[in-house]
Amino acid sequence: MADPMRIRAQLAGDKANVRVLMAHEMESGQRKDSAGNLVPAWYINEVTSTLNGKVVLTAEWGPSVSKNPFLQFAIKGAKAGDKVGVSWKDTKGESRSDEATVS
Amino acid sequence: MNRKMVSALAMAACMAFGLAHAQKTSVQSIEEYRAMLQDGNPAELFEAKGEDLWKQQRGPKKVSLERCDLGKGPGVFKGVFLELPRYFADTNRVQDMESRLLTCMEVLQGFNAAEIAKTPFGKGEQKTVTALATWLAGESKDGKFNLPQQHPQEKVFYEVGKRLFFQRGGPHDFSCASCHGQDNTRIRLQDLPNLTKNPGDGIGFAAWPAYRVSNGQMWGMQQRLNDCYRQQRFPYPGFGSDATIALGTYLGVNSKGSASIAPAIKR
Repeated sequence: MADPMRIRAQLAGDKANVRVLMAHEMESGQRKDSAGNLVPAWYINEVTSTLNGKVVLTAEWGPSVSKNPFLQFAIKGAKAGDKVGVSWKDTKGESRSDEATVS
Repeated sequence: MNRKMVSALAMAACMAFGLAHAQKTSVQSIEEYRAMLQDGNPAELFEAKGEDLWKQQRGPKKVSLERCDLGKGPGVFKGVFLELPRYFADTNRVQDMESRLLTCMEVLQGFNAAEIAKTPFGKGEQKTVTALATWLAGESKDGKFNLPQQHPQEKVFYEVGKRLFFQRGGPHDFSCASCHGQDNTRIRLQDLPNLTKNPGDGIGFAAWPAYRVSNGQMWGMQQRLNDCYRQQRFPYPGFGSDATIALGTYLGVNSKGSASIAPAIKR
């Protein structure tokens, strides 16, 4: 199974600043290994974030996002104690969901 | 004050501001870039993994590392990073964080230490050692280095490390000190700390393990020092070799009193 994400959600005024670190190889499909064979593409192509179960962000990612990507965004109207969920799906069909509490 | 004067003053202020803006040196720009990276340091992912690996029952013996003695007694993990490398009576040798972890993995968990030491960096159980070292370094973050130098072996390792640091060799005939022996120098955009004395908080020895943004790899001190030898066009002395531990001792003792920022983030 994929390694867990690190999610921080900090309240700043009427919005929550969310910072997410995802553990993923993010192979672009362009690189070759030491034997000269193409390393098959393997990257996160779908990211979703929820606030108390309601979707607030969806993103379609491509192969140019870095390894172990860092994502930062703000959610308007979030309050302390709200649950921020982030989940991703990759090109192999693997997925990972984690949750953090706004503080 | 008439209107003309006000606008002239405003102009002057603008120019002064513009000048100050233009005066931002490349070093400052790099600092800014680093500060931005620091906010989302992926080393945190490795810390989380390391903590998990510490508590997990693993290896042929299916036990956790929670009884591992890293110098302050079995199971103590806070602050141990600041006092390594040090002499261990049970193995009768000076060990650094990573080689000591390997000992624990062999004695407690039943792994084959020699086998893991031969594994290339970033592969198999080497990844475990790096993640553990990253987490343990994080548990001592902001603490000050205070390597013990009482045992004769610890003094020997310091002296050997010092000599290795100044030993010139290889096809380019240079030593560690060729690049790290003067103040205020850099290679391209990388500052070169002077490691022959205390380089200060979070520099040199105090910044590893670190995450390398450019290749997305987490490096421990053993890989860092082995790679120094590669840059010198020498073969790797090897994981946990006496040479790399001696160099670590030399750098660590020099950093006495400096704060650790590990796990850090690098270009």
